[in-house]
Amino acid sequence: MKPVRVLEGRAVPLERSDVDTDQIIPSDWLKRVERTGFGRGLFSEWRDDPGFVLNDQRYVGASILIAGSRFGTGSSREHAVWALMDYGFEAIIAPSFGDIFRNNSSKQGLVIVQLPSSDVEELNALIREDSTRLVVVDVDDLRVEVPEAGWQRTFSLDPMIRERLLNGWDDIGLTMRRESAITTFERGHVSPTLTGVFDHEGHALAQ
Amino acid sequence: MPSTTLFEKLWDEHVVASPEGEPTLLYIDLHLVHEVTSPQAFDGLRLNGRTVRRPDRTLATADHNVPTDPISTPVKDPVSRRQLEALEENCEEFGITVFPRGHENQGIVHIIGPELGVTQPGMTIVCGDSHTSTHGAFGALAFGIGTSEVEHVLATQTLPQQKAKSMSVTLKGKAPEGVSAKDIALAIVSRLGTGGGAGYVLEYRGDAIRELSMEGRMTICNMSIEAGARAGLVAVDEVTIDYLRGRPGVPQGIDFDEAAARWRRYVSDDDASFDNEVVIDARELTPYVTWGTNPAQVVALSGRVPSPDDYDDADEKAATARSLAYMDLTPGTPVRSIPVDVVFIGSCTNSRIEDLRAAAHVAQGHRVASGVRALVVPGSHRVKRQAEDEGLDQIFLSAGFEWREPGCSMCLGMNPDQLQPGQRSASTSNRNFEGRQGRGGRTHLVSPVVAAATAVKGRFATPEEVTS
Repeated sequence: MKPVRVLEGRAVPLERSDVDTDQIIPSDWLKRVERTGFGRGLFSEWRDDPGFVLNDQRYVGASILIAGSRFGTGSSREHAVWALMDYGFEAIIAPSFGDIFRNNSSKQGLVIVQLPSSDVEELNALIREDSTRLVVVDVDDLRVEVPEAGWQRTFSLDPMIRERLLNGWDDIGLTMRRESAITTFERGHVSPTLTGVFDHEGHALAQ
Repeated sequence: MPSTTLFEKLWDEHVVASPEGEPTLLYIDLHLVHEVTSPQAFDGLRLNGRTVRRPDRTLATADHNVPTDPISTPVKDPVSRRQLEALEENCEEFGITVFPRGHENQGIVHIIGPELGVTQPGMTIVCGDSHTSTHGAFGALAFGIGTSEVEHVLATQTLPQQKAKSMSVTLKGKAPEGVSAKDIALAIVSRLGTGGGAGYVLEYRGDAIRELSMEGRMTICNMSIEAGARAGLVAVDEVTIDYLRGRPGVPQGIDFDEAAARWRRYVSDDDASFDNEVVIDARELTPYVTWGTNPAQVVALSGRVPSPDDYDDADEKAATARSLAYMDLTPGTPVRSIPVDVVFIGSCTNSRIEDLRAAAHVAQGHRVASGVRALVVPGSHRVKRQAEDEGLDQIFLSAGFEWREPGCSMCLGMNPDQLQPGQRSASTSNRNFEGRQGRGGRTHLVSPVVAAATAVKGRFATPEEVTS
């Protein structure tokens, strides 16, 4: 994962609540075994609609998505994060998020900014008024601002997620530093395994 | 010792490390894997020269993507075929037991874990699928994860986790006759809303939960994520133990009794307190249908389609109007008068043997209404074989239902079982999102008995309308 400190870019207001991960990337796209190329599938059921906000020329090239409440609920598909990032989004600002989506985002370096809905609404209004306004998301200072309009808010991030974003740390690498703790835990932990349950062809040994 | 909730017990028993200022490192007892959310994780392992730490705690099956045509028919879609092959190759390479398409143990991942007895009380269970919450019915902490986390568990058998808060959801009193587990689940999601459970682990309690079979409890826990909660729990009781006895994954004979004694500890203490408590009067429940495009948009089957004017909140008004437009519904329309094109009985919510028995009982001696396509997709090969042994397949077939091979199928429309644009379904699955069952498709979530009655009537109906 690439380190993320300060993001600066134009924003696009989605202005829909309850956008679940099926809508972010429909299941048809989930058959692929690659991790790249999902941007073309982003919001694909809406992309044919010329009135859809991502088709609005004023917002082409925006890197910050301003979404509605409960963004990314539903299916655990990380493809939703891959699609948003592959399309070019680096941060999502919304009043609330699906828990699994929020987690998945943190693993990929997609910055999740949760603000009260009134603040999100103000931000939407600023961008609708002038789509060229730059939005700054500062992961170090936990600040989001529209400098040109003098608008500024703070947000919170789990301290570990912030640390990982700032340093671009790989989660697995971090956990592997605790190898000896895992081994010790396993020695004292009583919990059944699959050993002896199936033969090498997956047939159950006890019926 | 202070009294603790079931969630806290499960959590405490799996803490590997809780370093200052970092999330807790939680041990994972069982990792279930399927073809859709795993290929990129296996690639990540290869890229970094990592191995699977505990293949003996990892079990894989094909489910999301498999066609439900006869097993002898090859997988036509080359992209799907490639993904199914990748699962087999990855499992072979990393030494993981896998049930490919057509294997006697293959089926939907959340069906096979419990039926094989590898889902057990006291475990932590994860899978790259949000409906992993299903396994919580056994008093196990089970939740869905993304592909990065799949890779993390494969490599380390642990996950860094922030501890969730706990919420008790108590179903007070007995549910009336004709109200199924699915109706209870829809009532809970409707009450909590799609975000109400976010950040919580739900524990389902009360008479109406205790009275349910394990399969009914799984249906309830399955839909926890529809209320935004990553996990749902039901405390262990004799129903749990009886269900598990004799299954391939559990100890046999005297060892089983020892295991059962251990499992009985997985309950919340009597005076344990929860961070949040919700009480629902089960006596007031009735068969439900979703009318909109999120699973909290629920109405009684005997009721009418709501109107944006029913809501004060501007956001809610707008969301209702958009849902109604997508669903092509007019406010005030009686639900019973809405015709359907497709009926789907299946998914990790409702494709177990009891679901199929209940639906078959309604369908027996009747015919699917003309112009309606009705599919029955058993959750696994074991469910399918059992249903066939009981003659349920013949009941469905002679009533005009299709009897298909197991898989996730039309629940998420990844395989060829999809709605056509504009088609309306009555579906026993868990999500009525826009386009979920096929682009432009309109999904109404219902119980298996309502699905069967609706297939016969060609419009939303309860079993009494068919059998009387």
